[in-house]
Amino acid sequence: MNIREYIKSNFLFLDGSMGTLLQAKGLPVGEKPEVWNVSHPEIICDIHRSYFDAGSNLVCTNTFGANILKFSEEKLEEIIFAAIKNARTAACKSKGTQEKWVALDIGPTGRMLAPFGDFDFEDAVEVFSKTVKLGVKYGADLIFIETMNDCYETKAALLAAKENSDLPVFVSNAYSQDEKLMTGADPSVMVALLEGMGADAIGMNCSLGPKALIGVAKKYLEYASSPIIFKPNAGLPTCENGKTVYDVSPESFANEVCELMKNGVGVVGGCCGTTPEYIFRLVEKSKEIEFKTLKEKENTCISSYTKTVSFGGNPVLIGERINPTGKKRFKEALKGNDISYILKEGIAQQEKGVEVLDVNVGIPEINEEKMLKAVVCELQAVTDLPLQIDTADIKAMETALRRYNGKAIINSVNGKRESMEAVFPLVKKYGGVVVALTLDEKGIPKTADERVAIAKKILSEAQKYGISRKDIIFDPLALTISADNTAATETLRAVNMIKNELGCHTLLGISNVSFGLPNRDDINSTFFALALENGLSAAIMNPYSEKMLGVYYAFCALKGLDQNCEEYISFFERLLPETSAANLKTVDANGKQPLTLKNAIVKGLKNEAARLTVQALETVEPFKIVQEIIIPALNTVGIGFENKTVYLPQLLMSAESAKEAFEKIKEALKSEKGENFATFIIATVKGDIHDIGKNIVKLLLENYGFKVVDLGNDVSPETVVKNVVELNAPIAGLSALMTTTVPAMEQTVKLLHEKAPWCKVVVGGAVLTQEYADEIGADKYAKDAMETVRYAQQITASD
Amino acid sequence: MNVIYTDFPIPKPYNTTEILRYCKAENSTLEVKSLLNECLSEIDGKYKNSVCYAEFNIKKLENGIDMGFCETKSKSLEKHLKNCEGIILFAATIGIECDRLIAKYNRISPAKALMFQAIGAERIEAVCDAFEEKIKQKYQNKSKMLGVRLSPGYGDIEFEMQKSIFSVLDCQRKIGLTLNESLIMSPAKSVTAIIGIGENYEY
Repeated sequence: MNIREYIKSNFLFLDGSMGTLLQAKGLPVGEKPEVWNVSHPEIICDIHRSYFDAGSNLVCTNTFGANILKFSEEKLEEIIFAAIKNARTAACKSKGTQEKWVALDIGPTGRMLAPFGDFDFEDAVEVFSKTVKLGVKYGADLIFIETMNDCYETKAALLAAKENSDLPVFVSNAYSQDEKLMTGADPSVMVALLEGMGADAIGMNCSLGPKALIGVAKKYLEYASSPIIFKPNAGLPTCENGKTVYDVSPESFANEVCELMKNGVGVVGGCCGTTPEYIFRLVEKSKEIEFKTLKEKENTCISSYTKTVSFGGNPVLIGERINPTGKKRFKEALKGNDISYILKEGIAQQEKGVEVLDVNVGIPEINEEKMLKAVVCELQAVTDLPLQIDTADIKAMETALRRYNGKAIINSVNGKRESMEAVFPLVKKYGGVVVALTLDEKGIPKTADERVAIAKKILSEAQKYGISRKDIIFDPLALTISADNTAATETLRAVNMIKNELGCHTLLGISNVSFGLPNRDDINSTFFALALENGLSAAIMNPYSEKMLGVYYAFCALKGLDQNCEEYISFFERLLPETSAANLKTVDANGKQPLTLKNAIVKGLKNEAARLTVQALETVEPFKIVQEIIIPALNTVGIGFENKTVYLPQLLMSAESAKEAFEKIKEALKSEKGENFATFIIATVKGDIHDIGKNIVKLLLENYGFKVVDLGNDVSPETVVKNVVELNAPIAGLSALMTTTVPAMEQTVKLLHEKAPWCKVVVGGAVLTQEYADEIGADKYAKDAMETVRYAQQITASD
Repeated sequence: MNVIYTDFPIPKPYNTTEILRYCKAENSTLEVKSLLNECLSEIDGKYKNSVCYAEFNIKKLENGIDMGFCETKSKSLEKHLKNCEGIILFAATIGIECDRLIAKYNRISPAKALMFQAIGAERIEAVCDAFEEKIKQKYQNKSKMLGVRLSPGYGDIEFEMQKSIFSVLDCQRKIGLTLNESLIMSPAKSVTAIIGIGENYEY
């Protein structure tokens, strides 16, 4: 029977632990259990058979760690072939009359994915793909991804399973005591991601006993529409007379799991410490329990790697500022690959209270696919807000969705056939909530009725792709009232109809409505209020506008969505102190001296430095501010640092303040052509993760006008060379703090001299000396950040 | 078979002097101190302090020690373990959130990144201390003494040993700790270490 059909109306019994039984059979400490598929097939087969005999419908092959990181390709194939054969043989030999399946078991790689580890997402997909392909080749009935404790790695594994097979896929995560994965995702996050991508059953295993996992299981029951997997440990291990025992007996294990089965959990088994006896008890105990089909949940929901945002409760604010349209400085940042500028826009909007960030980086001069991917990855390293991938470039959309860690909003599809044919398959494959614009081949209809008709067409088309209506949000399009004075009323009417007649969510890009008019904020905020009253679920808006935020908080308070008006009051309070604090800080700490720009930089007061720069720009030439205030301030701190009167954090704070000041000056200079900065490649070498020194050098170089490309830490020689060659960089800086990594530095220097002979290499770090530097063939040893700056200036000046 | 236990030690409150020492700012200005406070409130409640550990009997070999999970020729270990009959091998982490904050601020505020580096360094030491305190009690009840904790990379203890430690303690599964090809741990604010056990042994 097809397992997908079976689990719709039957409990499915899984197996128990493999590892526990293997240890009992004498698997030595440190030996890879997967090898026993080949070396001890009869033992593996017996274990599987004992589970089938106990009543399991499904056993997982002994392939938890079977991947190309741990085995050669030949060995891997041999193991997976044997593993599936062992389980199949067991199914044949078992006298059990129940339905029986063999699942290819896939565990985590043991590596942490970037940006927190060094393992690239696509490399992880590749590793899982190899295992999946072999599982398919040797006839597994389904794929069982289990014990995953990172959301991103889970996505990589599921993607690999989907791309390389049509088999059903079960996905089970390992939660800690705080009911989250090790990397922070909670059950709602995992349900959003996994159901979005079309896993056939989802749930939890390992780490804890059944009692401790009840909370997690209940969350799954609350959010999930797919069958739920519950495969806990037999409690915690202890040692008794030299033997490992677990503290939950088969009897109480069965009782506790049965309670959840009564509530709707359908796929049950055991993990560490459980044996055939546990499964036998469970099967026996649950005989009288009636199977319950889970209710389809109608919640429209998106996620990041730790957070979900639902539509239909409080209106959702989506920040519109990561978008180059009409923003000169933003375009410049895109052209100059200045991602940190974009990241700051993201963080600033989050601080203003938006729940989702729209991400649009499309300008003709750049490769949008590459940029969107980079921005999405980098944003996910600095913010936990879900993102809205906003692009018209389908390739860029796919690349970004693939990399995105969570379930994104996809902006957008529309009623044109071509658009639906391109976008819907991506929604289906990667999951997501898609924004559907109510326009088609004939353009944007004038009336609300015509727009609703397009919405209906889009809904029925989406259904053909298997996309649920809860995953579509309509944008009935705000058009400017300066061109047509019925524009706003028709849009509002469409919002109302889509909500009440179709029962779907809506979203609007608010600011369009006032295009071409003065004092746009008043129009925008009033329109926003009207749209909310008509049932708008989300708005793409400018969070820097106090009026817009005011409308949002006031609306929630008036509609009874804000308990005790707390959010409204706290919003109001946030508005107040900012102005008064700014006034207070214009005087020095002793309360007498007014704070000068120079002092703000020396003391490291970022916001003050920015504010005072803007003030100074009113009367002083930008260049003069740099020469007479900022550089001398930096020098004061630099000298203090050398004399050990200024400490490291303060040096960094000053440099950051100077950077803020520079940022303001750059804005003032926007009409003039940007300077042609020289590129400086910087990296901490392979095997080393100490990046404090490197960061100081980077910051100072930026202060002195260099375009610094930071490759991060633990960087291979090949990566350094690749970047130097691609960017034709005249100079590269390498840092190392541990003696053990000096050889890696030497390799990098050698490879650079060989492949990029034009590039000067400057080295630094606590363990280096002039002699060391000479020995490994570096062009320059710099004892501190200032010396690096001077050298870089000297090199680029002579170019 | 050795049982791998997991434990969730509760570390002592922050030692801010120590944190400032880690970022080389013993005599810091008011601004630096307020930056530290800002960072402390940002990371508050985001730790996942966890430890996994197992006990092994050890054997003296002709040339080195068999520690039950791997053999070593390290002179440092030989010296420290000379009166020991066994060891506790453990891996501890404060979780990924500190790495997230460091990664975030590396991109936008190196001063804060430095602060979080220092906070993480202080916290993981505090977690190890709390764990050590806890098991010391346990072993004292059995009239056993424990030595100091020694990590790969200390003295001549091989870095390569990390591989054996990760495989035997099943760190990824137990506490979400991973090791990359360059033998670097992720989450970064983590420690693996060996503690000697002996009768009346005190080092």
